[in-house]
Amino acid sequence: MSHTPILSIRSLGAVFPNENGGLRALENVTFDVRPREFVCVLGPSGSGKTTLLRLVAGLLTPTSGQVAFARKQQPRIGMVFQQANLMAWRTVRQNIMLPLEVDGVGEQTALEKTREMIELVGLQGFEDSYPRDLSGGMAQRVAIARALIHDPDLLLLDEPFGSLDALTRERMWNELSRIWQAKQKTVVMVTHSINESLFLADRVLVLTQRPGRIKLDVEVDLPRPRKDDIRYTSRFGKLARKLRQAIE
Amino acid sequence: MFKRLTPILLSALAFLLGWHLLTRYSGIPNFILPSPLSVWMRFLRAVSDGSLLRHTRVTLIEILLGLFAGVLFAVVVGYLLAKSRSLEKALSPYLIASQAIPIIAIAPLLAIWLGPGLLSKVVICALIVFFPVLVNTIVGVRAVPAALYDLMNSLHATRAQILWKVEVPASLPVVLGGLRIGATLSVIGAIVGELVDAREGLGYLLRVGDFQYDNPMVFVAVFTLIALALTLYGFVLLLEKRFLKWQN
Ligand SMILES: Nc1ncnc2c1ncn2[C@@H]1O[C@H](COP(=O)(O)OP(=O)(O)O)[C@@H](O)[C@H]1O
Repeated sequence: MSHTPILSIRSLGAVFPNENGGLRALENVTFDVRPREFVCVLGPSGSGKTTLLRLVAGLLTPTSGQVAFARKQQPRIGMVFQQANLMAWRTVRQNIMLPLEVDGVGEQTALEKTREMIELVGLQGFEDSYPRDLSGGMAQRVAIARALIHDPDLLLLDEPFGSLDALTRERMWNELSRIWQAKQKTVVMVTHSINESLFLADRVLVLTQRPGRIKLDVEVDLPRPRKDDIRYTSRFGKLARKLRQAIE
Repeated sequence: MFKRLTPILLSALAFLLGWHLLTRYSGIPNFILPSPLSVWMRFLRAVSDGSLLRHTRVTLIEILLGLFAGVLFAVVVGYLLAKSRSLEKALSPYLIASQAIPIIAIAPLLAIWLGPGLLSKVVICALIVFFPVLVNTIVGVRAVPAALYDLMNSLHATRAQILWKVEVPASLPVVLGGLRIGATLSVIGAIVGELVDAREGLGYLLRVGDFQYDNPMVFVAVFTLIALALTLYGFVLLLEKRFLKWQN
């Protein structure tokens, strides 16, 4: 793993205007993300996790500090939201193809890539289904395929499995972990589940209560690939305890 | 197909039979309530001498032009109002006031200003179509999920791409709902215009039939209007079927 960061966040702060002088959502957040690193951002709800992700995606402008990318000003970004956020009027195939359409990629290439992505997330046979016919887990797979198809520099995940039931969620962890290893992407993922972060991440950042500041920055040195039973190891338990204490 | 049409055919048959019996046994004179048979004979005569076709064509052209102009204007203005709160605040008092004036009250004015020809009818028709389509466009565009804008912005989509790939398809169901109402109203608009002042059209035929105590003629004109309205309505339903198949 290279050590020049792909993403550098420096003294980032975000204030939302309100009646009493502004709501401080984030304050003085500084960290780096290295290429191909899987970083999880953990924190109580309202600690500014989503705000942080939106700042990185360029959907919000910071009140102070900066978000800098190593290679270019505008990196290609793939984003997965809390809800699958699919277009109801597009089929699975058309939803996945959207980023390529926006980039103006030719139809032949786009179809080819879409087929690849559908295979990667295991949705063969559902190409022509509409979102209303998909289960929550399938919809979120479509969203993941859509976020990866244009080969983004950075994958941003905002509690992507929060709306799924426990079993589906754990299955999706394995899927995501496999996809991440196959695609070698840099990932920043927001979550409020300690298990989720330990199962997936190389590194976990814990934010404080509002205004969100970085309280803890830990390497997750658990071996990969991580199987289900890793949660019963003492190393996992130790890390989990550490994170839990930080979140309190 | 036949199964679906059977109840409609039966009710039409019952209606004609009831009408026939009423004129036959109630003693209401033919010049007040003509029998179905005399209306049918009058219809055949109006078809064979070409007058019905000619007047229907005139009205249909007024309706189509008025509908087109009204919808186009309403969709464009509705979109702008949906996107700009300040524009909406500035214009909505006028829009609401304009709805308080019955169209019948200003139709004579429009006829004086724009003359007795095609233009005044098209304008009246467009005015009456305008409002329902406008309101639905505003509602439809406002209801586009914010998360879809986030998605498009994270992909660095252009304004035009957001318009055509998100805003238009997302608001289409509601806009077409407005068009359904507008299509029916457009027939009323054209007739109101023709009743005020016209030398041709179904409204003119109505008036002439009335002056000449040619009641069967009035009925022929009314039924033709109903057929026009139903055809337009059916056409909008076809559009919905074609473009909203994802809703099932
Ligand atoms: N667009 C916004 N306008 C005003 N306040 C906001 C906005 N977005 C988030 N906030 C506020 O900022 C705080 C942090 O929100 P968020 O980033 O969603 O936290 P988290 O994702 O950790 O739950 C919350 O108190 C929230 O109400």
